[in-house]
Amino acid sequence: MTDETAEGWFAGLDPADADAAAARIRDGEAAAAADWPALAVERGFATDTDDYYDRLHEATVAAARTGVRERELADDQQLIHAVRAMDDCDRTANELAERVAEWAGTRHDDAGTGVEYARELADSESAATDPAEVRLQSLAARVADLAAEADDLREFVTETTPTVAPNLAAMAGPVLAARLIALAGGLDSLAKKPSGTVQVLGAEDALFAHLRGSAPSPKHGVIYTHEYVRGTHPDERGSAARALAGKLTLAARVDHYGGERKPGLDAELDERIAVIRARTGDGSDDESGSEDDPADAGGGEDDPGVTGRD
Amino acid sequence: MTDLPSGVERRPFDGTERLATRGEPVYGEQTDGEWRAWNPHRSKLGAMLELGMDIGFAGGETVLYLGAAAGTTVSHVADFAGPTYAVEFAPRPMRDLLDAVETRPRLFPLLKDARKPETYAHVVEPVDVLVQDVATRGQAAVAVANAQFLGADGRLLLAVKARSEDVTAEPSAVFDDALARLEDAYEILETERLDPYHDDHLGVVATPKADR
Repeated sequence: MTDETAEGWFAGLDPADADAAAARIRDGEAAAAADWPALAVERGFATDTDDYYDRLHEATVAAARTGVRERELADDQQLIHAVRAMDDCDRTANELAERVAEWAGTRHDDAGTGVEYARELADSESAATDPAEVRLQSLAARVADLAAEADDLREFVTETTPTVAPNLAAMAGPVLAARLIALAGGLDSLAKKPSGTVQVLGAEDALFAHLRGSAPSPKHGVIYTHEYVRGTHPDERGSAARALAGKLTLAARVDHYGGERKPGLDAELDERIAVIRARTGDGSDDESGSEDDPADAGGGEDDPGVTGRD
Repeated sequence: MTDLPSGVERRPFDGTERLATRGEPVYGEQTDGEWRAWNPHRSKLGAMLELGMDIGFAGGETVLYLGAAAGTTVSHVADFAGPTYAVEFAPRPMRDLLDAVETRPRLFPLLKDARKPETYAHVVEPVDVLVQDVATRGQAAVAVANAQFLGADGRLLLAVKARSEDVTAEPSAVFDDALARLEDAYEILETERLDPYHDDHLGVVATPKADR
């Protein structure tokens, strides 16, 4: 065993310095493995092999714990939880609102539907005395609270996304940008995806059906909620989706690898979409979809639980 | 049926003979005293053992496990093997793996990318057995890149997942490609489909090529 190959994680470490040991596990490298336990004993880092393994255990656990915490606390990962929670709250509020409407229909002539009605019922002045009415109004109050939480989460996502991915947020709108990051599993994964994949993120079921040969290829996934896709004539939506996905991919890459704002990207996309829309003559050139939050209008059909696998 | 490694036994759980190892439970598996049932439906290595593949484990070997995930399989391995290095790149499953590691002092968690062996070669010693269960494209390339950790008589125990390589291709074609790539560094000793435990998976036992 020669010394030039002998740069194990413990080289030059004070055996008592646990932090330094964990840092070395995380950041160190070596060209090749070596008989580290024997070397560590030989160098006096550990008294025997058992002692070495005890130290290694402590250091690897500490390193993994710190590494996990750091990666999970990263801004884009926190954003993913927020946007998924927002969708969960929206979906659950709607589902419970249906239950409230069904129940209220049996008790009130003027019963309405939806979250809006649940809010009304929860705010009603008349204090209920009938036990069933008490439960119904209480349930309606939960629906209103969940809907309010969804709104607060949406606000959080809207404020946070531009700090995580400024170009992507500007181009896609902050909510759609957050959904794309969530579907990819992170800004880094999104930045590494080809534009064709970004185009169909959120349409995994349709994509795999197509790949198995039983369906046409999906033209768009969650980016459908963007005005540049939804607002384009159906004949040209595929082109619009392709153009949008291409620029979104570039924006994600700029955000991940650089981070500075590049308004030129938005302008290029605006021009390209204008050209595409001119083919069917239904889009006006002065329409500026990039400043809208397109996901606000028609989002929610994506399944936040489905993520692409590569 | 080949001999089970020392530390792995077939024991009755509710009247059914099942593989089992001794250790703290990790994933809600059935236990009988200090023995815990090893579910071949949840573990590709368990399936390889259940199918009678000659995995070359006697018990007590040093192990490098790539793709440890939440520790379902690697916890069983650590129960009967020697020092076990568990590589997993995703933080979420690693969080669960850390629980399994707590009661296993010779199981070492590494939050590392199995495609970059240089980032853990300063920690991992040469091992007797390399177990690999990573669901990314290029599984054979990962095994080849990590062949450096195996001694001359070492064993690679690999589960190739066809759908991780190409969802549209015939699994048998994917497996042929993977085996061809593996032969850059390994001599293939045995292969077997892991049905009915795991669809479209191929279990591979290999040893490093002598002339590599």
